Amino acid sequence: MDLKLVGSGEEEVSNVVVNEVDFNPEFISRMIPKVGRSEGLPAEVIPDYENDEEFLKKVHHVLLEVQVEEGSLVCPETGRKFPIKNGIPNMLLNEDEV
Amino acid sequence: MRLKELEGYLQQVDGFENPKVDLEQYPTTPHIAAHMLYTMDTSFGDIEGKLVGDLGCGCGVLSIGSCILGSAMTIGFDIDSDALEIASRNCVEFESDNFELVQCDVQHILPCHKWKKKFDTIVMNPPFGTKNNKGIDLEFLQLAIAMANTSVYSLHKTATREHIKKKAIEWGVKLDVLAELRFDLAASYKFHKRKTVDIAVDFIRIDCSATSSAHGPSNSH
Ligand SMILES: C[S@@+](CC[C@H](N)C(=O)[O-])C[C@H]1O[C@@H](n2cnc3c(N)ncnc32)[C@H](O)[C@@H]1O
Repeated sequence: MDLKLVGSGEEEVSNVVVNEVDFNPEFISRMIPKVGRSEGLPAEVIPDYENDEEFLKKVHHVLLEVQVEEGSLVCPETGRKFPIKNGIPNMLLNEDEV
Repeated sequence: MRLKELEGYLQQVDGFENPKVDLEQYPTTPHIAAHMLYTMDTSFGDIEGKLVGDLGCGCGVLSIGSCILGSAMTIGFDIDSDALEIASRNCVEFESDNFELVQCDVQHILPCHKWKKKFDTIVMNPPFGTKNNKGIDLEFLQLAIAMANTSVYSLHKTATREHIKKKAIEWGVKLDVLAELRFDLAASYKFHKRKTVDIAVDFIRIDCSATSSAHGPSNSH
């Protein structure tokens, strides 16, 4: 979820759950400029998206409802993988990265 | 929601099972947590509908409270997987489906971390830096200011107030002390044999809206 939110990675997904979350169009509109391209998000941000409920609902679903339980986040620049266990991404660095 | 009601909910949040002293794992009491969150929401409008981050979230009492007050989403960050596991259980217990957790070390964030100014509000109860981790309180604060585009709420020893004020000026942010509190730390670590010693703690608010467009605090202390 988080890398998606911040838009720097692609996931390797091995176990996904979907939870229903209340739809808040105002919040989703505010998030769109902050999230980068990521797997599952509509490839292009359409103009006037604030008023396109269908588009906002898609983004809402990907951002808030789809939860990766087991898998990993991959940094597209370095290829570094961050494992996700029980839905919690582990972004701790290894000794040699500190 | 009334303040008392919020405090009542927060009393049901599970705390640390085996608190790690070197990580300064003591929870914010439901009473203090409820007052902090209530002030943030009603006096400043910094919770409802906002993206809230909680640095050093521990078992998540501040995060859960922020979800209860209607944050659009709350993300808790902590270094310790045992604490995160309890936070995750609390999250299920409270059915906070807009609460996410990330394991990370606030002192060693990827240089390219992409959280810059992505959050509206950061709330935290950081380590004071009294367990061989001197300076960690300011590292938490600096990261929080870099992450928030509106405001940071935090707890710091009153004894460090003047020092933190100086840092705030250096970083170009506005600091307000909202309240002076008393912490009873000995009571938090149940195994402590020492008699109760209250510590004076400031509840502060930092307005970071001015740094949103600029670069914010740099990495030097
Ligand atoms: C004073 S406790 C507060 C816990 C919780 N926020 C609360 O209010 O109940 C400080 C928390 O910071 C976490 N912590 C300590 N050092 C850390 C670090 N370097 N990076 C991330 N979290 C850290 C500890 O695991 C602990 O949960």
